[in-house]
Amino acid sequence: MVTYIVRRLVTAVLILLGASFVVYQLTALSGDPLEELRASNAPNRDQLIQARTELLDLNTPAPLRYFGWLAGAAKCLIPFAATCDLGSSIQGEAVTTALLRAMGNTITLVTTATVLAIIIGISLGIITALRQYSGLDYGVTFMSFLFFSLPIFWLAVLLKEFGAIGFNNFLADPEIPASTILVVALASGFIWALFASRSWKRKAVAFVLGAVVAAALLFILELADWFTNPGLGPIVILVTGVGIAFGIVLLTAGLRNRKALSSSLIMVALGLVAYYVVNPILNAATIWMVLAFAALTVVVGLAVGYVLGGYDRGQSMRAAALTGLLMGFLIVVDRFMVTWPSYFNNPRVRGRPIATVGAETPGLDGTFWVNGLDTFTHLLLPTLALLLASLASYSRYSRASMLEIMNMDYIRTARAKGLSERTVVVRHAFRNALIPLATLVAFDIGALIGGAIITEQVFAFAGMGQLFVQALQRTDPDPIMGFFLVAGMLALVFNLVADIVYSFLDPRVRVKA
Amino acid sequence: MSAQTPADLPGTGTATAGPAHPVREHEPRGLSQGQIVRRKFFDNTAAVVSLVMFALVFLLAFTSVGFAGIPGWWKYNHTEFLPLIDGGAPTITGPFSWGDHPFGQDSIGRDYFAMTMRGTQNSIIIMFIIGALAGLVGVVVGACSGYFRGWPEAVLMRFTDIIIIIPVVLAAATLGEAVNRFVGPGAQIWLLGLFLGLVLWTGLARLVRGEFLTLREREFVDAAKIAGASNARIIFKHILPNAVGVIIVNTTLLMSSAILLETALSYIGFGVKAPDVSLGLIISQNQEAFQTRPWLFWFPGLFIVLICLCINFIGDGLRDAFDPRQKKFNAARVKDVGEPAAA
Repeated sequence: MVTYIVRRLVTAVLILLGASFVVYQLTALSGDPLEELRASNAPNRDQLIQARTELLDLNTPAPLRYFGWLAGAAKCLIPFAATCDLGSSIQGEAVTTALLRAMGNTITLVTTATVLAIIIGISLGIITALRQYSGLDYGVTFMSFLFFSLPIFWLAVLLKEFGAIGFNNFLADPEIPASTILVVALASGFIWALFASRSWKRKAVAFVLGAVVAAALLFILELADWFTNPGLGPIVILVTGVGIAFGIVLLTAGLRNRKALSSSLIMVALGLVAYYVVNPILNAATIWMVLAFAALTVVVGLAVGYVLGGYDRGQSMRAAALTGLLMGFLIVVDRFMVTWPSYFNNPRVRGRPIATVGAETPGLDGTFWVNGLDTFTHLLLPTLALLLASLASYSRYSRASMLEIMNMDYIRTARAKGLSERTVVVRHAFRNALIPLATLVAFDIGALIGGAIITEQVFAFAGMGQLFVQALQRTDPDPIMGFFLVAGMLALVFNLVADIVYSFLDPRVRVKA
Repeated sequence: MSAQTPADLPGTGTATAGPAHPVREHEPRGLSQGQIVRRKFFDNTAAVVSLVMFALVFLLAFTSVGFAGIPGWWKYNHTEFLPLIDGGAPTITGPFSWGDHPFGQDSIGRDYFAMTMRGTQNSIIIMFIIGALAGLVGVVVGACSGYFRGWPEAVLMRFTDIIIIIPVVLAAATLGEAVNRFVGPGAQIWLLGLFLGLVLWTGLARLVRGEFLTLREREFVDAAKIAGASNARIIFKHILPNAVGVIIVNTTLLMSSAILLETALSYIGFGVKAPDVSLGLIISQNQEAFQTRPWLFWFPGLFIVLICLCINFIGDGLRDAFDPRQKKFNAARVKDVGEPAAA
């Protein structure tokens, strides 16, 4: 294995060298860095041209210039020497600092979208595979093809128009017309009916229930003026928490496992107590405090599961820890919602919270909660656009993979043994269906950093994609090479990771040593 | 391919039927792979509807504004400046009452229907060039590296790795400059398709290589080798027909992503450039006008979605049609206790 990894890494370095040479030449060919100066009317035009020619070393032919860049980049390999020199942009900013800043922005943008796309996409894929050729399957298939076919820049403009401007107008005067309530209610009823299982009677019941609940919910929310003063409150948290506990136990252990159920319910009760105890402390929250609480919750959950667990402790521990985490999430969400009015009325925000461009409101200086809301409102639309665009591949792949698994002999064996449907699906089928997806996920993570060029452009998000596109428009070689180095390296490394992970997950696939 | 099976011969149905074999009315006929695929594909409603839709869009785009110097039946073209009528609002009111400017006019008076059609044409042309070229290069590289193994594989796959990590946007931007310098704008879309095709074959090459790696170990390849077939004959006559499903399906999917890529590149200014039009380019030119002239935004976008959706459904239908392992798995039926799961 070690020989294999070393050999792959050596190859990767050679590939990177070759590709970087090609990229440098392409960059040099892609335009004229002096173009804007040649067209300018500045009196010192000739000096400017000469200065830039010297800065970019344009009198040296591009193939030779490459080695100059390579010599600087090679210094990055010396550990802890801080001699890394990737050159600087035409404006004079060092590429290393620009890259770090852009990378941070891109990671905040794409992480949520990717994680959500993976979770939602895989769940949808599994559910549609289990209900193959049902209305739900056709509906989801059509929707995923539709989202897959939407150009992301078009989707982004639509989101800006209706998601941001329309929703902001609504928030300025939160009054829901009866027609909207009707449409939302019908849509929600339709979705619930799709998810309901195959008999028409059940579908009808689900439709009516879904429609009525949605309409009532909207009506109550409007009456309570929820959209100006949102919040969950202890009762909603308790009810949702109990629902979460049942759901998690149903999926991970089965409702027959009373010990898992009671440990999850204990976590809900503890969460409710924590809601009152922790809330005052949260006034001075930082991101580390929240993370520390999350870790604490997991530990407590594991402990509760361990104490109650009995014969199969693992299941109870897992269920309790997960329930605890989600309870914590609810408390944090409630806290964010309570902060909403103060964010909404902040003079910098001026009552138009959902932003269409940028990563943060300039000059906004608030608490952890206000700044968190600010990040949320800025990331909402780009995340949604990325999510919708990448959802399709995950749901299609996991559906295909699950269908293949469900036809396997060992699934038939599992049923023949008399295992419950939940055990067959979750333990035997689901886990194996995830194996081919591991490769896809690894590839996607590798492509993340350089991947969101269009989205960043539309939402004016100063990330890696924008760094690259702007440098390309100016024919500025050093930032382009910096971008390529990071993106290419990550792609190669995660390519390797994908192969290794696959051979770990599926023992039939062995890498050649 | 379709060797005559006994069932095809006239009279065999009754001739072999002894008293032990009851006479069948319809002797099952053997079907060639092509027939099976065609039958499965045309059973797939979504795929057939998409195929028809795509054919209609294709005809509309190529006949309306003309192509390669042949005039079309539409009265305007995408470069004429016409007087703005009614602020350029679209005049289409139904499928048969189009009016003077069915899709409206842009802010300087050009007929938007002609522009959209021209953009659709360009997108379709680029899509086919990319599909053909990337398909060809991908198949050749994948087939050679998968069949010969050894150093050809090492060299070709490392070359593929190099191409994979070169950013596509950069390749397109370089091309744009080359177009400005060396050839006129008329050849722009052809060159763009050519260039993108030359960088987009990598995924297909890897897939084809994987197919070839498994297929070359099969018995029929050994048999062909012992019979003295040349390498070229084994590759083209024996292995390639068995890999054709993977190739066709993935080329189709590649084409659908090629459309999105082309429009996205034109949108950020590295693809098709003015004075020629592309669906992505006209959206980018007019997105600021969404509040006042929403049609400038809707129509080109709808055409992108329509083409892409059709191609995707066709590709999906082909995938189902080519997949021999596909059984109709039905969870609901399997769950019923009385019925055997192995149906």
